[in-house]
Amino acid sequence: MKKTQTAIIGAGPAGLAAAIEVAKAGGKVTLIDENGRPGGQLFKQIHKFFGSREHRAGTRGFNIGQQLLKETEDLGVEVLLDSPVYGLFPDNIISYLHQGKEQGLQAEKIIIATGATENPLAFPGITLPGVMGAGAAQTMINVNRVLPGKKILMIGSGNVGLIVSYQLMQAGAEVVALIEGAPQIGGYGVHAAKIRRAGVPIYVSHTVKKVIGSNEVEGAEIVALDNKWQMIPGTEQVLDVDTVCIAVGLTPLTELAWMMGCEFTFVPTLGGHVPKHNRDMQTTLSDVYIAGDISGVEEASTAMEEGRLAGIACSESLGLYSPEKAAELKRDVWNRMDTLRTGSFGEKRRDAKESLIKQSIGGLA
Amino acid sequence: MRVKKHPILEEDTRVPDAIIIVDGKEIPAKEGEPIAAALLAAGIRKFRYTAKEGKPRGIFCGIGRCTDCTMTVDGQPNVRTCVTPVRNGMIVETQKGLGRWSDEQ
Repeated sequence: MKKTQTAIIGAGPAGLAAAIEVAKAGGKVTLIDENGRPGGQLFKQIHKFFGSREHRAGTRGFNIGQQLLKETEDLGVEVLLDSPVYGLFPDNIISYLHQGKEQGLQAEKIIIATGATENPLAFPGITLPGVMGAGAAQTMINVNRVLPGKKILMIGSGNVGLIVSYQLMQAGAEVVALIEGAPQIGGYGVHAAKIRRAGVPIYVSHTVKKVIGSNEVEGAEIVALDNKWQMIPGTEQVLDVDTVCIAVGLTPLTELAWMMGCEFTFVPTLGGHVPKHNRDMQTTLSDVYIAGDISGVEEASTAMEEGRLAGIACSESLGLYSPEKAAELKRDVWNRMDTLRTGSFGEKRRDAKESLIKQSIGGLA
Repeated sequence: MRVKKHPILEEDTRVPDAIIIVDGKEIPAKEGEPIAAALLAAGIRKFRYTAKEGKPRGIFCGIGRCTDCTMTVDGQPNVRTCVTPVRNGMIVETQKGLGRWSDEQ
């Protein structure tokens, strides 16, 4: 069986950053991804990132992706593409498919950075062709350069809903409306202001009653909600749309960590069940680390920092860094991460993360 | 519809360089793009019909998780079109139910 020192599953922002850190420390890294090219969801992020200069704020997501790819190449990281990992087994054995054949890889350490998947929302008509995840629409317009529809209803006013609405307009679609079940907008004010200035009505305290169409989306009926989230009869209105995008949060992709036997905890703020982990991103299994959305849904910038943290801690446990050097490097990452987790949204995530780390310590060796 | 001009991204100058055959009809496509992208560009949104109720399905998650976009490709059913790249001459068929292998009796 093929062997490596550190195997990283998922070549998105977290996995790439982790790979760079381990390789910089002098470790041998194998990065595995199911897709035909690395970068995860970074290449569809065409907006400028927030944060400070060291977070590459003001740089667009796809440019950050290109920089990370160049670094991994320069450092000689081995990258296995078109290789979906379907199982993790005792003795750190990773099973994956490549060109239709089952392959095995044994690693001393494993970093799982599988990301997250979009949540659906239950309403009549959700299965009609033309109803899709906002992220799916974003991939189509920004990566594949194809419009999934012309007249869009966006459900959800978090940052994904707001940003993808704007990007659909940049790609030439009309966003007919954006609706939000809560009484206030979920994402950053600057993103909301941008689409409002472009003339998109934002209906808060509204939900979709049904999507209309016999074989595909032909319209959508929205309705106002009262302060107990109940539909208010008589407030229905039918929108002329051909596409409905759903942006109601993400759920960590945790299957491999469950399979491996990591202990889990349930944290709604972070997207649901997440593997318990300590400040080194180490799970309850000492050889298994996690980074990015699998450890709690946040943003690409925090995913990269967590990837660095996991990479540094993993290198330390391999003896590539002295405890003193590792402590210094980890402190820098934590300082940067703390500045990312500020503001009303960031603080909620920081508190959730801190309490997760605290409750995990007891269970960790 | 393809997005050629864009305020942030460079103009997409790549022209379709492949043909895929969708339910017997030739559709222009770009080698390497997901099959689902070529179908959307051609205005095709119904990819399959469900086994029990015969209801149409199209692309939903776009990252290979939900399997709503599966079709029969080159005789193999249940191929995820959102993550399967186009090759020139591919034969793509709208899938009914669980589909049938091309060599199935």
